[in-house]
Amino acid sequence: MEAVRSQRKSSFSNGGGGGVSTLPIYRSAPPLEVRLEDFELYAVDRLRVLKRISDGLSRGKKPDEMEKLVLDLWKTNMRHEHSSEVVNKDIISHFVLRLVYCRTEELRKWFLSMETTLFRYRFRDESPEIQRALMAEFDLQYKAVSNAEYENLHRIWSIYIGCFGYSYDQEIWIDWVPFEEVPELVAGRRVLIQKGNAYIAMNQAILCLLMKHPNDVLISIYQLLKWTSMIREQEKDRLTPIVEALSTSYLGPDYSQPREHAELSLKDIDQIAKSSFPLCMRHLFDKLREDHHLKHGGRMQLGLFLKGVGLKLDDALAFWRAEFSQKVGAERFDKEYAYGIRHNYGKEGKRTDYTPYSCQKIISAAPGVGDHHGCPYRHFSEENLRAALTRMGVGNRAMEDVMDKVRNRHYQLACTLTFEAVHNSTCDAGVNHPNQYFNDSQKIFESKKSSSNPKGAAAST
Amino acid sequence: MVREEAENGRDDMLIDGDEPEQMKLDYALPDGFNADYLKVYYGKIFPYVDMSKWLSYGNDGKHPGCDHSYLGRREFSFTLDNDIYVRFQSFNTASELEKAIKEKCPFKIDIGPVYSVDPSKRHAYSQGGDNIFTPVEKELVFDVDISDYDDVRYCCSGADVCLNCWPLMTIAIKVIDTSLRDDFGFSHVLWVYSGRRGVHCWVCDGKARRLTNEQRAAIVDYFRVYKGNENSTKKVSLVGPALHPFLVRSYTEVLKDYFENRLLSSQNLFLNEERFEKILEMIPDESVTSELRGKWLSNKQSDVARWDQLKRLLQSSKQKGQGLRRCIEEIVFSFTYPRLDTEVSKHMNHLLKAPFCVHPKTGRVCVPINPKNCDEFDPSAVPTLSQLLRELNSGSFRGEGDNEWDGTSLGDCVRYFRESFLQPLLKSCKEEIEASYNAKVQQSRNSISW
Repeated sequence: MEAVRSQRKSSFSNGGGGGVSTLPIYRSAPPLEVRLEDFELYAVDRLRVLKRISDGLSRGKKPDEMEKLVLDLWKTNMRHEHSSEVVNKDIISHFVLRLVYCRTEELRKWFLSMETTLFRYRFRDESPEIQRALMAEFDLQYKAVSNAEYENLHRIWSIYIGCFGYSYDQEIWIDWVPFEEVPELVAGRRVLIQKGNAYIAMNQAILCLLMKHPNDVLISIYQLLKWTSMIREQEKDRLTPIVEALSTSYLGPDYSQPREHAELSLKDIDQIAKSSFPLCMRHLFDKLREDHHLKHGGRMQLGLFLKGVGLKLDDALAFWRAEFSQKVGAERFDKEYAYGIRHNYGKEGKRTDYTPYSCQKIISAAPGVGDHHGCPYRHFSEENLRAALTRMGVGNRAMEDVMDKVRNRHYQLACTLTFEAVHNSTCDAGVNHPNQYFNDSQKIFESKKSSSNPKGAAAST
Repeated sequence: MVREEAENGRDDMLIDGDEPEQMKLDYALPDGFNADYLKVYYGKIFPYVDMSKWLSYGNDGKHPGCDHSYLGRREFSFTLDNDIYVRFQSFNTASELEKAIKEKCPFKIDIGPVYSVDPSKRHAYSQGGDNIFTPVEKELVFDVDISDYDDVRYCCSGADVCLNCWPLMTIAIKVIDTSLRDDFGFSHVLWVYSGRRGVHCWVCDGKARRLTNEQRAAIVDYFRVYKGNENSTKKVSLVGPALHPFLVRSYTEVLKDYFENRLLSSQNLFLNEERFEKILEMIPDESVTSELRGKWLSNKQSDVARWDQLKRLLQSSKQKGQGLRRCIEEIVFSFTYPRLDTEVSKHMNHLLKAPFCVHPKTGRVCVPINPKNCDEFDPSAVPTLSQLLRELNSGSFRGEGDNEWDGTSLGDCVRYFRESFLQPLLKSCKEEIEASYNAKVQQSRNSISW
C-alpha cells in the first residue's frame, strides 16, 4: 500500500540536512554530564510545558487548538542558545522529571499522560518518513493490509457504510495489529475491529506508537523507583532537595491534610456546605441529604473532599451512617459502606491516605446513569446548571458570564466566576481544586468576621 | 453493594453490582428458598463436574503440559447464611470444591480471578518485601442490570422485571455477543441469567482471560455510548462525522427493530405528556418540538403514529444539518442501547456470581442463556429451587448414572452448558496446552543440542 508522500524533504536515513528528527524516544537515560544548575533549569522549563498542557486539556481544548498550544509551548520553553544542546535539554529534562514524578501513582499517571500528549503532537508534526522511522525504532509489530484482506474488510463492513452519509473507504486502511496492543484506539472507537484485529487508518497509525511509548516509560519509571530509594540518602545534600522541591512546586498541594487547625464539626456542616462548598460538592451533599444515598463515584468525590476539609474519621462515619441508614438501614451501612470510608482515611486495605480529587480529575470523570459526581459545569445540562447556580445565589449578570465560560468549556473558569459572584470578592488564582475553593472561601469569611468583630480576631490569635 | 478489599489490589471491589434498596421479598415461601432446599440442591443437582472442568480450562492432569496449580489459584467467595461473607477460598481439586460447597451450603458463590499464588495462602507470601500475590487471569465479564434502565421503562422499576421490559436484556445480549464474537474474535462466550434482574456474561477464551485491566477498560469504552449523568438531558451523544460501524450495525440489526416493533408500544413511550416530553427534550430545535407538541396535545394517537411523525419531521428538516438527523438515532440509542455496569468488567479482581447458583430472593437458578435464541428466554420460566426439588421427589423420570439433574428441568440447561459451551472450550484449551508444551519441548531440545 502506498504511503502518503511527504511534501517535506526528509533525509532521516543519512542523518544530514533539515529533515532529521529531533524527537527522541527516551529509551534510556543519557550518558551525559549535567551541570547542577541545568539539571534544575531544564526540568523547570519542561514542567512549565507539561503544566500548561494539563491546563489546556482540563479546559477541554479541541485537538487542533491543542496542537498549536503544544507546539508553541515547546518552541518557547525548550529553546537553547546552542542548537546542538536542544536535544540534550529535551532528554535531560525528561529524565529529571521521571525521577521527580516516579514517587506516587497519582504523579506517575499525570506525568505519563502529559508526556504522551506532548509526544503525540510533536510526532504529528514530523514528516511521514520520520514517523515511519520512529515506528521502526519502537519495534512496533504491524502488517500492511493485503489487497485481499482489504477487499474482505470492505465487503464485511460496506453494508453498513454509507448509512450516515459518510464512506469509510475514503480512508486507507493500511495496518492491523491485535486489538490488545492499541487499547486507546479501541476505547475511542477509532479503529475497525474484525475478529480481534484492529485495522488502523493511516492517519491513526501514529497513535499506535504512543501506546507503546507510555509502557516503555512506565517500565523505566519502576526501575527508577528502586534507584531513587538508593540515591535519596547519597544525594541528600545535592539532588534530593531539588527533586523534592520540583515535585511540589508545580503540582500544587494535594490537600490530603486539612488546613492547619481546621476542623469541621458535624453541627456546622450544613451551614458550611451552604457557604463554602463548590457546586460539585454542594450538589453531592444536597443529593445525599435528599436521597440518603450516593453511588460509589459520589461517595469517593464527596468523602475525600470532606476529609480534606477536616472531617475526622469518627465524624465522617457518623455523618454517612446518619444518611445511609435511612435508606439501607444502619446494619447494612456498617457491613457494606463503613469499610469504604475507613479505607479513604487509610485505615483499611493498603492503608494509603487517599488524596481528595482535583478539578482535573473531577472534570475528566465519566458519570453514568444514577451518578451525581463529576463537574456540574461540564456534566449538567444548561437548564439544570442554571437552576443550581440560582440556588447558590448567582445573580443574572454573573450567570451569563458563567454560562459563557461553560459554552467554551472553561469549566474551572466558570467555577472561579461562581466563586467570585457568591463571595463578592475576587479569586485571582482561579479554582484548581475543590478544597482550594473551600479554603479560599473560608479565608474570606474569616477576614470578614475579623474586620466586623475585632475582638474575635484578637481572641483567635 | 457488598464491598471488600483485596489485600493487595488498590481497587475497590464490587461484587455483582449495586443494590441500593432493600428488596421486597416478592418470592417468599412456600415456593421459595430456604437452606434445607439448598442443601438438597447442592447434594444432588449442582453440576460440580461441569463447573470444575470449566474452571480448570484443560489443566486436568492428563497432559504433561498441564498446570496443576491452576484451579487451586482461583479465588472463590462464599456468602453464607446470615450474610457472612468469606473471601479467598481456594480448592486444589474438583472434589475439594464439591466437598466445601456441600458442607458450607453457600447462599451465593462468587468467582474471582486466578492469582499468582494460592489465595488462601496469600498471607504467607506477603511476608517478603515484594508482594507477589496478584491477579493474573480472569474471564472478561459483563454485568447488565435491568434496574439501570428505570428511566426508560414504565412497566416495572428497581429489581422487578416482566416480559415487557426483559427485551432490554435481550438487546444487550445480542449487541454485546455479536461484537465480542465478530469484532473482538472471541468464541467462548457464556451468558447467564443472574437470577433476578439481569444477565452476566463470561468471555472465557485464553486471550480474554489474560487481558490487562487497561485492555478490559478499552473494550468497555468501545461499548460505551452513555455520557452525562442524572443531570444532563441527553443520555446519549453520538458525535463525530460518522457513526462507528459497530454502532451502525447494532442500530440497524438490533436497536431499531426492537425500538420500533417492541418497546415503542409495549412501553407506551409516547403515551402522555410526561413521557413524550422526555423524548422531545432530546431534540435541540424549538420549532420541531413545538410543532410535535401541538399535534400530540390536541390529538390522541398511537405511539407508533407519533414516532412516525417525529421521524418524518426530523428527516424533512434536512437543511438544519446532521445534528438534527442524528436525533432519531440518539433517541433510539437512549431507549435501547445496553447499559453495562462498567466497574465489574474493568478490573480483574472483581468477583461475579457463579452460574448455577440459586438466587436467594427469587429461588431461581442462574441458568445459561443461549444467545442464539435469547429472544425466547423468559425469566419467569426459569427452573426454581422448589420446582427442582418437587421434580426430584416425584422421581418419575430419573436420569441415568449420577446425574440427578438429568431428570429435572435443569437438565436442558446443563446440557446446553456442556455441549455448546464447555466442549468447544475444552477442545481449544487442549490445543493451546499442546501447542505451548510442544514449543517448550522444542526450545529445550534446541538448547540441549546447542
